[in-house]
Amino acid sequence: MKQHDSSMVAIKTISYIFIGLFAIFCLIPFLMMVSGSFSSEEVIITKGLWILPRQFSTEAYKLAFSSPKLLLGSYALTIILTVCGTSIGLFLISMTGYALQRRDFFLRNKISFFIYFTTLFSGGLAPTYLWMTKYLHLKDNYLAVFLPLLMSPWLIFLMKNFIKSIPFEITESGKIDGAGDFRIFVSLILPTLKPALATVGLFLALSYWNEWYNAMLYLSNKSYYPLQYFLYRIINMANYLKQSTAGAQVTVGNLPSNTLKMATAVLATGPIVFLYPFVQKYFISGMTIGAVKG
Amino acid sequence: MRTKTKTVTLQLNVHKVTLGTKLLRNRTLILMCMPAIIFFIVFNYIPMPGAYIAFTDFNYNKGIFGSRFVGFKNFEFLFNSGKLWQLTRNTVLYNLAFIFLGNALQVIIALMLNSILSKTFRKVSQTLLFLPYFISAVLVGFMVYALFNYDYGFINGVLKNLGQDPISFYSKAGVWPVIIIVANLWQSTGYGSIVYFAALCGIDQSLIEAARIDGANGAQVIRYILLPSLKSTAIILILFSLGGIMKGNFGLFYNIVGTANANLQPMTDIIELYVYRTLINQFNFPYSTAAGLYQSIFGFIIVNIANAVVRKIDPEYALF
Repeated sequence: MKQHDSSMVAIKTISYIFIGLFAIFCLIPFLMMVSGSFSSEEVIITKGLWILPRQFSTEAYKLAFSSPKLLLGSYALTIILTVCGTSIGLFLISMTGYALQRRDFFLRNKISFFIYFTTLFSGGLAPTYLWMTKYLHLKDNYLAVFLPLLMSPWLIFLMKNFIKSIPFEITESGKIDGAGDFRIFVSLILPTLKPALATVGLFLALSYWNEWYNAMLYLSNKSYYPLQYFLYRIINMANYLKQSTAGAQVTVGNLPSNTLKMATAVLATGPIVFLYPFVQKYFISGMTIGAVKG
Repeated sequence: MRTKTKTVTLQLNVHKVTLGTKLLRNRTLILMCMPAIIFFIVFNYIPMPGAYIAFTDFNYNKGIFGSRFVGFKNFEFLFNSGKLWQLTRNTVLYNLAFIFLGNALQVIIALMLNSILSKTFRKVSQTLLFLPYFISAVLVGFMVYALFNYDYGFINGVLKNLGQDPISFYSKAGVWPVIIIVANLWQSTGYGSIVYFAALCGIDQSLIEAARIDGANGAQVIRYILLPSLKSTAIILILFSLGGIMKGNFGLFYNIVGTANANLQPMTDIIELYVYRTLINQFNFPYSTAAGLYQSIFGFIIVNIANAVVRKIDPEYALF
């Protein structure tokens, strides 16, 4: 057994080197952003970005917090959207998932397909946009950002697959005790669902925290925007000002500096990146349970 | 004759009663599904008939069904201008690159992670590999800009330090397919490798030990045990991705190249960008809807083919 295996040694060496390099490759853009945000504006313009701060400076962060109203308002909005969206979404998704996996529920396949069909075919962006703005009047309404992310077929089926692993006997014992289906779900099933709730909840929280798309489509006349769209607007400020009528009065001095853009990027993304090593395992379980089978 | 009619009505009655009792018995479960059903009706089903806009010369004030029917005129324009072909080609080619390079890289990463025995090294590197998955498309686009822009970009900074001339990436269309593909791999490879890594962890260890006792070396174990065990996972994942080959990653493309840079468009325009641009920037509902409907119908056909193939390979994994 202990014979020398040169191919094994070679494979291990290559693996360490390749994985190590790939990890560095994944990390570099983050280092560049953080060090850019802690550099002085002049050194960035003259020498370009680097993975370590050159001429360390906290000027960009001071600037970001010099008139903090918009930034903090966007933070508050994003936190409210994320907390409410995640908790309401989780409740609705797990309730649907529970009903859809009950094998004594005769409509389960029909409703499952009804939900699944929306991933196969869609009316497209223009009809949706028209429906949301002209008929539902959701233009410049935070509900246009909040509602569309509440549920997704993928998360419902992920939850359904999680709940499937809970023994049917639990439901049956509830029935024998005379509990209704909703009671069984709330008091018997939900407490056993913690890992599933953590996984699905994290996907929901991530989609709310990283939301910018619906905000871009539907919000244009607000003081506060979801953080990622707030970041988008700061990054593309020059274009914005050119497009708007007020642009004529804007001078270059009013444009956000590159370091301010990077500091905003760090502030908008920081919480999720710091949280992530703690929640990593839930994402992995979501991927392995939900990836292949929908 | 008379008896026959009687039995038929009887059967109908029996059927009606059972459906009624079934609905009654399952009323709570039906109610529990109601929020989801209403959600998908409101946000997905109601807009579907709106695709009719593609066949009209849509007038915002007259509404969808008050506008004039023009048949396939909008599709004809998209087709004759060559735009549809360009968009389809770009969307499909980018997806093929994402799917095949992505899966190949994911398998390689999973195999390498599997052969790394140091738990700390594996954990730390996995954490770093997944990190890009957690950031928004907005930040990905900004990172690409920070790397490649002419004035202060990271790459041009390195070039200047080496005494080279900086490169104006944003006016060179040819480099963008590479940049976009690398950005996509950067963001999704670590996370995508989890499925393959999990499949490797599920392999019966005694199989590998038996092979080692028989004198198989590390390369042979990979070649004859590990790779074949990933085959079915890979085929199914790839087939499902191919089912979505008409769908582009709007966030990635929009934030990296935007809609304003006409220089890059021949190489970077995908269906989603066109649908968005014609709607939001030009307020042209008919063209936008026509392109979207074209994408939806072709996508629907392709996903059905992919599903039929999966069903043939392993009915367990068929989606519907």
